[in-house]
Amino acid sequence: MLRFVIRRILLMVPVLFGLSVLLFLWVRALPGDPARALLGEKATPESIASVNAQYGFDKPLLQQYLIYTSRLLRGDFGNSPRTGEPVLGTFIQRFPATVELGVAALIFAVVVGIPLGYLAAKRAGGWLDSFAVGTSLAGVVIPVFVLAYLLKVVFAVGLHGPLHVLAFLPSSGRQSARIDATHITNFYVLDGLLTREWDASWDAVVHLILPAIALGSIPLAIIVRMTRASVIDVLNEDYVRTANSKGLAPGLITRRHVLRNALLPVVTVIGLQTGALLAGAVLTESVFAINGIGSYLFTAISNLDFAVLQGFILFIALIYAVVNLLVDLSYGVIDPRLRTR
Amino acid sequence: MTILDAEQGPIDEGLFDPPAGDERGTSLWQGAFRRLRRNPSAIVGAVIVVAFVLVAIFAPVLAPYEPAGTQWISQVTPSSVPGPSPGHLLGLDSFGSDMLTQLIYGARQSLIIGVVSTTIGLLGGAVLGLIAGGLGGWWDTGVMRIVDILLSIPSLLLAVSIAAVMGRNPFAIMIAIGAAQVPIFARLLRGSMLGQRRQDYVLAATSLGLRQRRIVMSHVLPNSLGPVIVQATLVLATAIIEVAALSYLGLGSADPAIAEWGRMLVKAQDRLQSDPRLAILPGICIAITALGFTLFGEALREALDPKSRR
Repeated sequence: MLRFVIRRILLMVPVLFGLSVLLFLWVRALPGDPARALLGEKATPESIASVNAQYGFDKPLLQQYLIYTSRLLRGDFGNSPRTGEPVLGTFIQRFPATVELGVAALIFAVVVGIPLGYLAAKRAGGWLDSFAVGTSLAGVVIPVFVLAYLLKVVFAVGLHGPLHVLAFLPSSGRQSARIDATHITNFYVLDGLLTREWDASWDAVVHLILPAIALGSIPLAIIVRMTRASVIDVLNEDYVRTANSKGLAPGLITRRHVLRNALLPVVTVIGLQTGALLAGAVLTESVFAINGIGSYLFTAISNLDFAVLQGFILFIALIYAVVNLLVDLSYGVIDPRLRTR
Repeated sequence: MTILDAEQGPIDEGLFDPPAGDERGTSLWQGAFRRLRRNPSAIVGAVIVVAFVLVAIFAPVLAPYEPAGTQWISQVTPSSVPGPSPGHLLGLDSFGSDMLTQLIYGARQSLIIGVVSTTIGLLGGAVLGLIAGGLGGWWDTGVMRIVDILLSIPSLLLAVSIAAVMGRNPFAIMIAIGAAQVPIFARLLRGSMLGQRRQDYVLAATSLGLRQRRIVMSHVLPNSLGPVIVQATLVLATAIIEVAALSYLGLGSADPAIAEWGRMLVKAQDRLQSDPRLAILPGICIAITALGFTLFGEALREALDPKSRR
């Protein structure tokens, strides 16, 4: 197991190295000279000269790359030219909000998706199956930010007319302004639990509902389809027939034989959704004004703040790699046959 | 012994009978087409796709007015936009253009973006996949590592990065969306080619003394295209949705009045409460078109899957 973990971590190194080369070249491929691209419109001859000296843009390309990576390894991801704040600091400060949203979205997708996929497979061809397939298609074809806006208008802002009663949820932010909560970790739900400020925790949860449903629609679609397909496959296996014919309780067969075998591909797919979740967070967070990395990226994209984009893409790739490592490790927990390998 | 022989007689005869029924002589694609015709969701998907393409092509004939005509702008006030009327079946949009006209021309824009970006992704991915799957060895390792790196960036962010390099021009979005799909196509084609290379017919071709290049180009490649074609159908749907997302991020084309569904949707956001119609209509167009390509692509995948062949 340890060897497997070490091997997997070592395999991440070339990918991250290659990504750093790509992102390095990317800034140089941007229109205009790199210092100007990094500084944006506010560039003055003095600031360009200082950035050139700082990053060594006047030196040979290879030397520039070495300067860039040595800065990365020391944890210096540069500063945003727009705000002057360090990219790494901003990322760390805003990351908890995005993790909270991402986890809430995944919980929604798993809690709704796996039972729905399972029931659809059990009664393949029935009305519930059609409903599940319809849900998963809707999740694929409706753009995330459209769904986010629709949810916001109907359940938070309120439509004109009788449907206004549906608007009972908060429309933006992570917590109501009236709540004076202590923030230790910046995970607002967790903070409330740690400080025993239950109302603060609950308020944060209520704020998460609509964004989590909007963002969760991406993984929900895939989880429903994968669970359905996978359960149909497993239900046709000989060992399920054997378990049935020897008279095991249906609940036991479902838990021990069907779900345990069917969920393995579903877990892989959930891991692969990390990237899509983070990209979807860019759209969802900006609709609901959540101060996570998504809304920061949104501003960075709108302002063409390349220093921030460069740093954030690297972080997102790193997170993606780590999550998929965790997914691979979780196989051992779900499937004991894989533990010995 | 004699009894056994007698019993085996008819079985032996049966062995030399030609395969019964309509399975005789059907190719992979003929079989797939036959299965598609029987699948109701394939029919629905195909009808939507054909309708969408026809609307896009015949937009000038179908649309009641000229596109991006803002002659009714005086009727648009900050608080309201005129709704459906006999002259404008779907009302006006916030620029004072006829909504129906804009939606019809939007189909044209979506078709162009979808086809161009999918072609870029398909061609780029095919070249990389062909190098990796056809040449093998170090080429394979090198290309696939680059593909791994690109796949670690979410495709929306990859498209944003590429659009940033291209600057603001009408083709930047199409190239960005297409290029972001290149790694996916490359991986699919390579995987499919590796699967085909282990088939017996490749061994047969090799033992006949065919050159490697000929085997790859005229035997392995055509047989590996199934998953790639399915993916291309699905990417057409993704492209139409991603254009909307990129428009939302402010990376769309610079002309505000241009008839593009994603852009119309984004522009309608400030009027969502008073005139939800402005956002809902282009939203429905995007969803239905994406649904058509998705249904057809999924059905095609099922039809080409040897496991589902009956």
